[in-house]
Amino acid sequence: MSAELPASVPVADTGTDQAALSLDHAGNELPPDHPSSRLNAALRDVLGGSVVLTILAVFISLVIGGILIASTNTDVQTASGYFLARPGDTLAAIWQSVSGAYAAIFRGGVYDFTADNFGDGISSFLNSLGFATPLIAAGLGIAVGFRSGVFNIGGTGMILVAAAAAGWVGFALTLPPGIHMIVAVLAGLVAGGFWAFIVGFLKARTGAHEVIVTIMLNYIALYLIDYLLNSPVLRDPSSNAPVSPPEKSTAVFFPLLGSQYGLNFGFILVIAATIFCWWLLNRSSLGFKLRAVGENPRAARVAGIRINRMYVYVMVISGILVGFAGVYQVLGQITTGFDRGIDSGIGFTAITVALLGRSRPWGVFAAGILFGVLQAGSYTMQADQGVNVNVLPVIQSVIVLFLAAPPLVRAIFRLPAPGRRPKAAVATGAAKTMVAK
Amino acid sequence: MKLELRGITKTFGALVANDHIDLTVEPGEIHCLLGENGAGKSTLMNILYGLYRADSGEILLDDEVQHFAGPGDAARAGIGMVHQHFMLIPVFTVAENVMLGHEESKLGFLDLPAARAKVREISARFGFDVNPDALIEDLPVGVQQRVEIIKALSREAKVLVFDEPTAVLTPQETDELMIIMRQLKESGTAIVFITHKLREVREVADKITVMRLGKVVGEAQPTASNAELASLMVGRSVELTVVKSKATTKEHALVVEGLNIRDATGALVVKDVSFQVRAGEILAIAGVQGNGQTELTEALLGLQERVVGSIELDGKSLRHLPIDRVLGAGVGFVPEDRQEDALVGEFTIAENLMLDRADGEPFVRRGALQLKYRSEFAAEKITEFDVRAQGIDTAVGRLSGGNQQKVVLARELSRNLRLFVAAQPTRGLDVGSIEFVHERIVATRDAGVPVIVVSTELDEVIALADRIAVMYEGRIVGIVSGDTSREVLGQMMAGELPDGTKLAA
Repeated sequence: MSAELPASVPVADTGTDQAALSLDHAGNELPPDHPSSRLNAALRDVLGGSVVLTILAVFISLVIGGILIASTNTDVQTASGYFLARPGDTLAAIWQSVSGAYAAIFRGGVYDFTADNFGDGISSFLNSLGFATPLIAAGLGIAVGFRSGVFNIGGTGMILVAAAAAGWVGFALTLPPGIHMIVAVLAGLVAGGFWAFIVGFLKARTGAHEVIVTIMLNYIALYLIDYLLNSPVLRDPSSNAPVSPPEKSTAVFFPLLGSQYGLNFGFILVIAATIFCWWLLNRSSLGFKLRAVGENPRAARVAGIRINRMYVYVMVISGILVGFAGVYQVLGQITTGFDRGIDSGIGFTAITVALLGRSRPWGVFAAGILFGVLQAGSYTMQADQGVNVNVLPVIQSVIVLFLAAPPLVRAIFRLPAPGRRPKAAVATGAAKTMVAK
Repeated sequence: MKLELRGITKTFGALVANDHIDLTVEPGEIHCLLGENGAGKSTLMNILYGLYRADSGEILLDDEVQHFAGPGDAARAGIGMVHQHFMLIPVFTVAENVMLGHEESKLGFLDLPAARAKVREISARFGFDVNPDALIEDLPVGVQQRVEIIKALSREAKVLVFDEPTAVLTPQETDELMIIMRQLKESGTAIVFITHKLREVREVADKITVMRLGKVVGEAQPTASNAELASLMVGRSVELTVVKSKATTKEHALVVEGLNIRDATGALVVKDVSFQVRAGEILAIAGVQGNGQTELTEALLGLQERVVGSIELDGKSLRHLPIDRVLGAGVGFVPEDRQEDALVGEFTIAENLMLDRADGEPFVRRGALQLKYRSEFAAEKITEFDVRAQGIDTAVGRLSGGNQQKVVLARELSRNLRLFVAAQPTRGLDVGSIEFVHERIVATRDAGVPVIVVSTELDEVIALADRIAVMYEGRIVGIVSGDTSREVLGQMMAGELPDGTKLAA
């Protein structure tokens, strides 16, 4: 019990891993804010952080997609039959099939270099933006939830009810142009927001887990819409199938650059939504509280943030954003009448988009465009190269797998694990200041 | 079997959890390992059980050096462990749990009859009343613990470790456990009994080793007084000196009357607690961890749900107010667990400094964050509170414990306070930070704010307090003046109020 320091004092030389990580063993290590150590830390952050990880995940999934394309290609199969005799043939066939498929995706999704003029060439990309619009909107909704610690798996249900509400206003009401569109959009957003409010309300009041509730509400929405499509409410009387009447032209999103391109006013709205989400999460009081709840609900509660209310708010915001995807589907994408498949899987793809965008608004925007490009391109790929479009969901799923398993990606590319060096730097820094005292 | 630990050392990053621990336990001996939470007892036992590997030092059984790669090796060598939180599968029967991990089978079928027979045999030997076919989830906690003991004994354990076994037991179950431990001792088992409850130690221990902050700080005989044991446990080798003038107290600011708190299981954890705090004084709440202090401070903030009684600050009731309104009424709070309850680790220093002021001016105007104001505020505060960090945008999770605590203090003390509650304000901090935190707490008192400091460190209590309330088993044993002797405080922490103690309520 002599006058020694308590054991909790951070000491510089406490273990092998710290000694190995400090820059100089002699004890005169660089201060934490020294430029070269900062650069070092930044480099490690980028390498170990999720930006690089995200890009690598996309890369791996494209490679796996390539393997899939090659292995199902008939030329490759034929050539591999005599692989030992002439291996070059197999390799050439593989190259042909994979490069052909990805070139087709590029032509269909980004720029058609075989087109006669720039306008025709770029129409691929404008089409992709059209496909990207609902993915971005729904992705933003899911991402806002992720940032607040809420897993909204109910995109499908929210899209369906929003599409039905906006679609009904669009075909059933007669209003002046412009106003009709605004009313239809608002109706859809309210419906999506309400559907999500149910989830937030149940979570806040009863502690019901949002994953369960949203999944169940997906089914309720699906069969509700199915029912309504078979009833006079939504069904087109002139059609034999359970399909709604076409939207009135006063309600649909007007094209931006001419009717030959698949780009319409909805894209402007989704840019606005992205800016809104960025402001919400980074600049607003509400977003600050939502993020606090997402990162550490206990500390948020002790700090006086009413976390149950936050769960309701974030669900409603999420539902409105996801709902816009449904609105866009009926007013921008399929304006000729919708059926129960109007969500086109966007509700689930949006989760991937949110993950790929690391739940940052502009990250989601970029991820949505990437997925839009892949989607538009996959149709060209099927038409030109005979590769089934279902390669696309495989690629998307593999992306999720790799994003969900960062250690695996790090292991494949031998990247260092993040977060180790900065902590050690702080610890040794603290030790230094202790010694100085 | 004789157990010997020699020079066991284990560090986690900068924290030395075990610092050259030596311990010898003879067969047929109950050896008590006594110490506060965080003293390193559980780490030591996890090393013994093969869950952690020591950085240096060795484990010997009957003078043979052992190398445990995992709990399996330890169990085979004859070490059994009764964990603080039971490692039983609730939907399995007693027999199934006992055989779990070393299942015997006949022709590919589990040999359940053999397991049942084993449970019956051990039960009979020690007079346990355990039905091998009962489901674990249907059994009371005390019986579940016996199943843990049976499980260890069924593997021929010669050294049994009880890690805080009484934490979950009722007093009656505790007494029964004591009897069981004596029986085991009679049969030649070496027992390591980890606890921080003094009464139990004196009741069963043959030898007592006291640990504090990762070190063995002394050995004691079971005949030692509670006060001696308590001072060994909570004493501090470095004398704390806080320069503070006499308190200039005013009228009662905080009045707590008849407070009762139940925990989630319905057990009464704070019993009929009443006290007052005057403006400009520090009331320290002392006591061994887990005697209701945590619940009491949380109730002041409105964080506890099952509360009866009244809490009035400056004549206004704080009961039934949501937490943000309590904070708005001028209550500053430093929670016990700063990483879980006070800070958002991924947030920057600047963000954490506005965590409980995310509504209204000056940090928010018309729903928008005032980033410029926040940056200026944060830059000013990290200078004022000497937070050592690269800048205001450093994530709080990357700071050392002392700097994290300074961020919490900076946030709470820069509001207009009418009451300041600090729970374990210096836990895990280095000496320099402790000094700083203490100075700040005293300065807050001198500014005329009523202050409550909850601490399990007796030295901290003595250094800071104008008056001391000692809690034991949910009650306030007594409120005494700040200059009360350690011996008296130690006895009070064990639940006894010595005759002739001057109360200062």
